[in-house]
Amino acid sequence: MLPRHKRFIGILATLIGVAVAVSLILASFQDNLLYYVTPSEAIENIEDDQSKFRVGGLVEVGSFKRSEGSLKSRFILTDGFESIEVNYTGILPDLFREGQGIIVTGSFNKMKVFIASEVLAKHDENYMPPDIHPMNESSS
Amino acid sequence: MIPELGQIFLVAALASALFQFLGGISPLLNKIENIETFIDRVTTFQTISLVICFALLTTSFLQDDFSVLYVASNSNTALPIGYKFAAVWGGHEGSLLLWVLILSLWTLLLSKDKALKSSPDLRIQSLSILGLISLGFLIFILYTSNPFERLFPIPLQGRGLNPLLQDPALVIHPPTLYAGYVGLAVPFSLAVSSLLTVNNHQWAKHARSWTILSWMFLTGGIALGSWWAYYELGWGGWWFWDPVENASLMPWFIATALMHSLIVTEKRELFNGFSTLLAITAFSLSLLGTFLVRSGVLISVHSFASDPQRGLFILVLLAFFSGSALMIYSVKQKKNKQEKLHPLSRESLLLLNNVFLCASAGLVLIGTIYPLILEMLDLGKISVGPPYFNFVILFPFIPLLISIGVAVFSNWSHDSKNLIKKVSPIILGAIVLSLLFPLIYGWASLLTLVGVLLALWTILTGVSPLIKNQFSINKSMTYMPMMLGHIGLGLMILGITVTSSYGITFDDSMGIEQSSTVGDYEFRLTEIGKRNGPNYLAQYATIEISKDGEYIETVYPEKRVYDSSTMGMTEAGIEANLFRDLFIAIGEDIGGGSWSMHLQYKPLLRLIWYGPIVMMMGGLIRVFLSKRTIGSSQ
Repeated sequence: MLPRHKRFIGILATLIGVAVAVSLILASFQDNLLYYVTPSEAIENIEDDQSKFRVGGLVEVGSFKRSEGSLKSRFILTDGFESIEVNYTGILPDLFREGQGIIVTGSFNKMKVFIASEVLAKHDENYMPPDIHPMNESSS
Repeated sequence: MIPELGQIFLVAALASALFQFLGGISPLLNKIENIETFIDRVTTFQTISLVICFALLTTSFLQDDFSVLYVASNSNTALPIGYKFAAVWGGHEGSLLLWVLILSLWTLLLSKDKALKSSPDLRIQSLSILGLISLGFLIFILYTSNPFERLFPIPLQGRGLNPLLQDPALVIHPPTLYAGYVGLAVPFSLAVSSLLTVNNHQWAKHARSWTILSWMFLTGGIALGSWWAYYELGWGGWWFWDPVENASLMPWFIATALMHSLIVTEKRELFNGFSTLLAITAFSLSLLGTFLVRSGVLISVHSFASDPQRGLFILVLLAFFSGSALMIYSVKQKKNKQEKLHPLSRESLLLLNNVFLCASAGLVLIGTIYPLILEMLDLGKISVGPPYFNFVILFPFIPLLISIGVAVFSNWSHDSKNLIKKVSPIILGAIVLSLLFPLIYGWASLLTLVGVLLALWTILTGVSPLIKNQFSINKSMTYMPMMLGHIGLGLMILGITVTSSYGITFDDSMGIEQSSTVGDYEFRLTEIGKRNGPNYLAQYATIEISKDGEYIETVYPEKRVYDSSTMGMTEAGIEANLFRDLFIAIGEDIGGGSWSMHLQYKPLLRLIWYGPIVMMMGGLIRVFLSKRTIGSSQ
C-alpha cells in the first residue's frame, strides 16, 4: 500500500469515527433536553407529547394533600393564570411549602394530571422560579 | 470606623494593583532604576492591604456590627463564633474579597519564586499581568460589591448565615476551590508574559509547579464540595452535574491537561503553543466559573441571590482577559518546532490524552451553557439533565483511561519497543481482578465491567514502576507523583463505577419500631425526638442498623429548623467504612405516626473522595518533596 493510500484510509477512519461520535452526542443531547415552561405554557401544549419536561411555578396555598402514612402527595402548581394538578410519590425537599416557588420534572398522564418524578425547591428563601417575578410583585 | 478603614485599605490595594500593572508596561516607570524592587514592593503592599481589609471585615463580623450591610445580611448574634469567621465568605461581596486576597497571595508567592528571578523580563511582565487581573476585580468590588457598605437605619439583628453554609466542610470548601481557580491565573500570566517577552518555551519550567499547586487545590475543592453535597445537601447524591459543579470541573480538566502538556514543553520543547492555549483556557474557564456562580444566570440547584449587573461586569472581565490573551497569542505565537511525532512515543500519547481531556471539558461546556445561550436568544428555557453528561463523558473517558496506562510504559521521542509484551501481564491482571467484581456484587452490565477493568488497569499501571523497582520506595520516588496521580484516578473511577452500578436507593415510610431493608441491611426506627442546638431546633430519629440480625451501629439523622429562617435542613445519618456507605435521611411527618425516610446502600462510595486525596498527595510530593530527588531525571 502506498503511504498516500495509508494516510487517506487513516483520515477517512478518523472522519467516520468523529462523525459517529458527534451524531451520538447530538442524539443524546436531544434526548436529554428538558424544556422548562410555566403552567400556562404547559396547558397549551398538553396534548403534544409524552416526553418529560419541567414546570416552574408556585404551590397554591391550601392545595397540598397527602394520603396519611403514605409517600403519595398531590398539589396544585400555578403561575397566577393557569394551574396544573401535580402528583408525586416520594420525599419532598426541605424547602417545599405552600406558596413557595418550585420546579417539577415529569409529564402529563391521560387524566391531564402532571406526574412528577422530581420536585426541586431552591436552596434560598428568596428564590423565585424564572418568569413568575412580576406576578408575585403585583400580588404582594 | 472599622468599615471606613477597610474602605481605605481597599482603595490602597487598588492603587498598588494599578502600579503593579503599570510597572510592567509603562515606559515612564521603566525608567525607574530598579523596577524589580519597585514591583516587589507594590506587590507586597497590595497583599498587606488586602490582608488588613479581610481582617477588618472579619472584625466587623466578630463584633456583630450590623451597621455594615454585608454583616447584617450574613450573620446574627446567635451564630456560633466559628461560623462567624466562615460567614466572611458566606456571601457575594466577601467571597469576592477572598478571591482577590487569594490572588494577591499567589502573586506574592510568585514574586518570591527564586528560579523565576533568573528571567527578569518574564517575571516583571507576569507580575504586571497579575496586577491587571487584581485591578479588574478590585474595581468590580468597589463599584458593584463593596463589603464595607453601611446600612441605615442599623438593624438590631442580622439576617443570619444561610443554614446550608453552617457546616465545617463548607468553611474550607470555598477558600480551597478559590485557591484553585485563582491559582490558574499564575500559569496564565506566565504564558501571556512569555508571549510578550522572551517568546520561547522557558515559561513551562516555571509554570509547572504553580499549575500543580492550583490543580491540587481545585481537586481538593471539588472533592470537598462533592462530599458536602453528599451528606448535607439532601439526598445522598455525590455529583449532580449542576452548572455550578460543572463550572469547577471544566477548569479541572484543562488544568490536568496543562499539567501534562507542560511536562512535554519543558522536557522536549514541544507543544509550546498548545500549552500556552491550555494555560489561557484554564484561567478563562475559572473566570467563566466565577461568572456562572456569581451571576446566577443558570437554573441551578445551588442558587445564590444574584444581580445581573454583576454578572455583566464579570463577563466583561472574562471577555477582556481571554480576548486579549488570545489576540496576543495569535499575533505573537511562533511556529512550533517541527519534529516528527512517533505515534507511540510518550509525547504523542500525552498529546492524545490532553485532547481527550479538552473534549471532556468541551462536552461539559456545551451542556452547561447551551441552555443559557438558548434563553438569551429567546428560544425557550431548557435544562440539560444528568443523563446527557453521564452518557457523553464516556466517549472521551474510555479512550483516555486506556491510553493513560499505555503512556506510562512509553518512551520519550521514539516508538516504544515491546509495548505489547510490557503491558500484557498488567492487562491480564486487570482482567482477572475485574472478574472478581461480578462475583462479589453480581452481574450489572457490560459497561460496569468495562469501568472496573479500566479503573484497575489505571491503578495497576500506576503501581507498575514500584513493581519494576522491586518495591523500593526510594528508587520509585521519581515516579511517585505520577503513580499517586494515576492510582488516585483509578480508585475514583472504581468508586464511581461500583457505586453507580450496585448502589441501592429508595424512599420508604417508617413508623416507630418499624424497619426497612436495603440490600442486606436492616434499618430500624426506634425513636423520634426533639433537641435544641445553638441556633436551631432539631427533630431527630434514632435508627438502629443491623445486618443479618447482627447489630452494627446506631445513627441519628436530623431535620433542623434554624432560628434565622423558616427553612428546614436535613442532616443525614451515615454509617460508613471503606467498603460501603449506609445512609438515612428523615423526610417528613406524613401522618398516621409514620415518617418518610430516604435510605441508601452505596458500595465503595468513599473511594470517590479518597481517590482525589491520593491524587493530591502525588501533586504535593511533586511540588515540595521531590525537587531534590527528582531534578531532571523524570
